[in-house]
Amino acid sequence: MAEYIEFDKDHHAHHHKETFITKYIFSQDHKMIAKQYLFTGVFFMGIIGILMSVLMRMQIAWPEQPNIIFDFLLGKWAPEGVMDADIYLALVTMHGTIMVFFVLTAGLSGTFSNLLIPLQLGARDMASGFLNMVAYWLFFVSTVLMVISIFVEAGPAAAGWTIYPPLSALELAQPGSGLGMTLWLVSMAFFIASSLLGSLNYIVTVLNLRTKGMSLTRMPLTIWAFFVTAIIGVISFPVLLSAALLLIMDRSFGTSFFLSDIFIQGEVLHYQGGSPVLFEHLFWFLGHPEVYIVLLPALGIASEVISTHARKPIFGYKAMIISILAIAFLSTIVWGHHMFVTGMNPFLGSVFTFTTLLIAIPSAVKAFNYITTLWKGNIQFNPPMLFAIGFVSTFITGGLTGIILGDSALDINVHDTYFVVAHFHLVMGISALYGMLAGIYHWFPLLFGKMMNKNLGYVHFWVTAISAYGVFFPMHFIGMAGLPRRYYTNSNFPLFDDLADTNQIITMFAIMGATIQLVFLYNFIYSMYYGKKAPQNPWKSNTLEWTASQKHIHGNWQGNIPEVYRWPYDYSKPGYNEDFVPQHIPLKKGEEEY
Amino acid sequence: MITLFIVLILIFISIAIWQMIKIFDLSRAISGVKVDDSQIANDDDNKMQARFMLGFLAFIYAITIFSLVKYGKFPLISNAASEHGEQIDTLMIWTMILIFIVQTITQFLLYFFSYKYKGSKNSRALFYTDNHKLELLWTTIPAVVLTGFITYGLLTWSDVMNMKKNNDPMVVELYAQQFNWKARYAGKDNVLGKSNVRLINIDRANILGVDENDPNGQDDVITTELHLPVDRPVLFVMRSQDVLHSAYMPHFRAQMNCVPGMVTKFTFTPTITTEEMRQNPSMIDKVININNIREDKSKELALKGEEPLDPYEFDYLLLCNKICGKSHYNMQMKIIVETQEEFDNWYNQQTVFKNSLIAQN
Repeated sequence: MAEYIEFDKDHHAHHHKETFITKYIFSQDHKMIAKQYLFTGVFFMGIIGILMSVLMRMQIAWPEQPNIIFDFLLGKWAPEGVMDADIYLALVTMHGTIMVFFVLTAGLSGTFSNLLIPLQLGARDMASGFLNMVAYWLFFVSTVLMVISIFVEAGPAAAGWTIYPPLSALELAQPGSGLGMTLWLVSMAFFIASSLLGSLNYIVTVLNLRTKGMSLTRMPLTIWAFFVTAIIGVISFPVLLSAALLLIMDRSFGTSFFLSDIFIQGEVLHYQGGSPVLFEHLFWFLGHPEVYIVLLPALGIASEVISTHARKPIFGYKAMIISILAIAFLSTIVWGHHMFVTGMNPFLGSVFTFTTLLIAIPSAVKAFNYITTLWKGNIQFNPPMLFAIGFVSTFITGGLTGIILGDSALDINVHDTYFVVAHFHLVMGISALYGMLAGIYHWFPLLFGKMMNKNLGYVHFWVTAISAYGVFFPMHFIGMAGLPRRYYTNSNFPLFDDLADTNQIITMFAIMGATIQLVFLYNFIYSMYYGKKAPQNPWKSNTLEWTASQKHIHGNWQGNIPEVYRWPYDYSKPGYNEDFVPQHIPLKKGEEEY
Repeated sequence: MITLFIVLILIFISIAIWQMIKIFDLSRAISGVKVDDSQIANDDDNKMQARFMLGFLAFIYAITIFSLVKYGKFPLISNAASEHGEQIDTLMIWTMILIFIVQTITQFLLYFFSYKYKGSKNSRALFYTDNHKLELLWTTIPAVVLTGFITYGLLTWSDVMNMKKNNDPMVVELYAQQFNWKARYAGKDNVLGKSNVRLINIDRANILGVDENDPNGQDDVITTELHLPVDRPVLFVMRSQDVLHSAYMPHFRAQMNCVPGMVTKFTFTPTITTEEMRQNPSMIDKVININNIREDKSKELALKGEEPLDPYEFDYLLLCNKICGKSHYNMQMKIIVETQEEFDNWYNQQTVFKNSLIAQN
């Protein structure tokens, strides 16, 4: 690393000439890789994922009716415009997989960890630019495989994003469990490899490449969140990999890890002694921490955005760090709350209820700290701030219903109903999405040197916010009425006929919410080329990324790396004329840090 | 067609909004007013957005009240038809009260502070980094409240999941397969015959794989409808022959997965007969409402020359609640809770296992 620290001013001048391929495709520069994740993970996969959800919602609202959109988009899977039941399940599965893993894990962490870890820590690049590039390209392969799987003859994987065997293991049980599921599993193997390489890189960079003065307790909360997210990923993703490998063995090599005593389509299969519950344990050992892999980066981004735009230090900085660590620790010991009614020992259920409800404590601390940060602030309502406030709002609404689902006795009756769908979409789907959008609006000037149009941002936020509540708030009540999720149509149950109008309203809101994202897309692409040129530090932020060279150069800072003298939240500090004091400004004589 | 129409309208609305914003910006630029095109929020923006914040708080409250009024009477929040169901409902109601209180207060604080402390050029935020007393307060209060709820929840859970709490329950096997349910009653001896999917013999009509040589199995009765005598505890023993299924009986607050290769259990005591539930005032309202909806739909169908829908009559249901393949959405079994006498009448008409087998050649 020595040559990095002595990085001189003329470095860029005698920098070797980059070709198109090394600059834009096989780039090892963290800023370019961040953009690659943004375009592949967030935009490309995000559009597919959202489109799928709209198709599902239309099917639920107007079941078994010919629909030209189905006819146009689904082709042979919607004969005469009526969606096929297998394809509905495939949409459920692929929507979940794409949104959870591709958009909100790789897209969110990949974009912002890559962009911000070096820039906010004052590092020239990631610890290993090469590994970082490999991680992206593994992710790219994974994306390609997952997209290809949508187009295979028998349809993509359709066993739910949780791919519980035996449904996912036996082609006899479901056509999607053939080639579609094989591609799903291979794609996820690449994905996990990518995620592990990425995460290791983030951890090493945070631990080793902080600039002078950047102690752990002077790191912005974004970095804390990305750092802890990477640690959870490294702990839990390998378990999913092992589950996927064992499932591949069961599917292709005749082992019985997860299968036993199966009679299907007139024949007894040879499997003996395995247990699907074992798979559920392995899956959720990743699956639950995964929720926090999705959520923590959004929490980090919201902390940074709220503090900056409220022009006020984040309240309880140390408590925020402790609660991130507590959430991360607890997240690894609560997976059983997804399995209360799977036949798992009820005593284990009690333990998981206990650990699960404990998570409410650090979450409450975070929510109250955000609210206190707003108190007596000087709130600048830029679009990122709106999304950050929206994040806190949905985090509270969605989080509270977790008290019902985490309580094993109550879970009996709402398990696998629309109540669950409403809960997790609000608390991790919408919240993480808001965090991500807040991040994109906030760091757009850093990424592209341009400003996004604020009025379009306002419209985007308010329509999205109304749609999000319009979709998911009534959905809780549908769930409490006992409507199971993943039903292709409810028309076989007259019992649920009185929910049909609510389902139609929800679909209208969903279509509205999806459509308004086009405004965002337009704003993004337009501003990228024709946006107003951004000032060096448009939000008057304290963190180091705004001191870096605005023109993206390899190595981030033209001259020496800035040194850090204070925490990142000196907003409106008494004794200064400006309402912000960046981290690289030395303390005045006699000034206390905070 | 309607769908496409709606989608098109929404797309046009969004295009219109974005065009209007552009026109607005342009017209200000043309009219010579000094335009702030920095794309950073100014005091006017702050004022406007702060108002929207307050408006959105009102929206959240409105949608909450609307939902409670419209859906608050769903029979799954009250009218449990089993003994333990009432316990679960009480816990649910207390938890909902807690959630609504916290939701109302925190959302108020969030949006009200956003409104009240909107930024302006002339004001400055308070430099306020820490307050250990406050933080301790909102760590301990959730901790104490949650301890109460955890204790309450766990007591309920351990009671509900105690499979031995009832003496002499009626043993019934629930058997799941793609895509239907079967029930197997244990007969006079109340012991189920041994079974395994390897013993399934379709030619002999031994569809559940019951051991034909097990004396306990001879008087078992296999049915496609689940009849239960009221006030008699039932112990459900669950099996699946192919993939995961979940036996969900929402009116009884009961759910347990059926797992191939293992046996899972759930127990409850039905307390309200189907007939009594049909007479329940809130159920009568619900059924009338559903029938009105179905009549409207039938009229639409009649115009298209299709069969009208049957009128709906309330019945308890067993639904599959774990994704299990193509017809997952239609995997159901009717449950009938009746008096012991009615149950005996029905039961005596069923064929016992040993007589249901088809003799080969």
